[in-house]
Amino acid sequence: MYIIIVGAGKVGWNLARELIAKDHEVTVIEDDRRRYLTVEQELEHNIQYGDASELWVLERSGIQRADMVIAVTGDDEDNMLICQVAREKYMVERIIARVNNPRNLQHFELLGIKPSVSATDLILRLIEHEVPEYGLVTLLDFPEESLEIIEMLLEQNSKVVGRRVSDLEMPEGSLLISVLRGGKGFVPGPETVLEPGDEILAVLDPGMEEDLKDFLGPDGAAGNGRGDG
Amino acid sequence: MFILVVGCGRVGSSVARDLLKEGHEVSCLDEDPESHARLELGLDEGWEDLGGRFTVGTALEMDALLEAGIDRCDAFIAATDGDNTNIIVAQVAQKRYNVPTVVARILDPYRAEWYEHQGLHTICPTKVAIEMLETDIRAAAEKHSGAATAG
Repeated sequence: MYIIIVGAGKVGWNLARELIAKDHEVTVIEDDRRRYLTVEQELEHNIQYGDASELWVLERSGIQRADMVIAVTGDDEDNMLICQVAREKYMVERIIARVNNPRNLQHFELLGIKPSVSATDLILRLIEHEVPEYGLVTLLDFPEESLEIIEMLLEQNSKVVGRRVSDLEMPEGSLLISVLRGGKGFVPGPETVLEPGDEILAVLDPGMEEDLKDFLGPDGAAGNGRGDG
Repeated sequence: MFILVVGCGRVGSSVARDLLKEGHEVSCLDEDPESHARLELGLDEGWEDLGGRFTVGTALEMDALLEAGIDRCDAFIAATDGDNTNIIVAQVAQKRYNVPTVVARILDPYRAEWYEHQGLHTICPTKVAIEMLETDIRAAAEKHSGAATAG
């Protein structure tokens, strides 16, 4: 693949390195002269100096034949503009944008720039994953396909603890796909009995989170603390 | 008419002031609190006393844009010093808030031309400057060659 990376910061530089190692053709574009000179010592002809929000700079780097454009500058406006132009003017099939300020995510979405990657969001997800009080954790989200994969820890007092999988009446629109027990994951069979401390992975339709939380949660807790009374 | 001006530099502040004088309701947004002083240049009264509004915030900050009135303005002017910021925020006004009149100032003629083609109304001062310079020089050249022939 021919991949254009805009921004030779830590993310852009390392990305270029990895992609070159995987035998992709890569051009990095960097508009800071000093940074360009530093990175050029290693990447040589794989980096060009210029402001990628100038269309002629993109054209010089061969955007017309690029299979993918990745915008990872520290400036959200630049990342949005470059991706928008790449897709809509130069018909680049795949774009990836970095979101520096999570509050700007709505603007990326408005302009249809996806996928976008936000380091803050990724770290937040990790925190949620590491801190069990959060209960149900979204592991993967497929907004296009309208599906998500979640994880939830079964407490001692969970309604489903001690029951066989075949006896569970999972809420409609959800499916149990895996159980993590004692550090190992397995696909449960009908005879599998759920234990406290099990971590459940399930795939579900968006919006089913609360139903599933109630289903897997403690007895009599359904609807508690939801403030909808 | 209610007009929101984002970016209160030389261009933004002059436009805002003139429109206010003409009796429009004008709201300005700028990330620099100091730019408020630029609005009051040549005015006998304070900006707010004359009915103007001023919000401090960056152009893409939704809270600031809403406080400044993006959801109820009749016209939106993007005049920050960043072309890309103007292009993005103008699209937010146009696509998300359906503001009837949206104008973006874009210095780079190529970007301005392409976005104009995409349905975003752009003003490109660089292009205007180029045209004016060329007109002047062409007139001088005509005079010059006329003088040479005559001589």
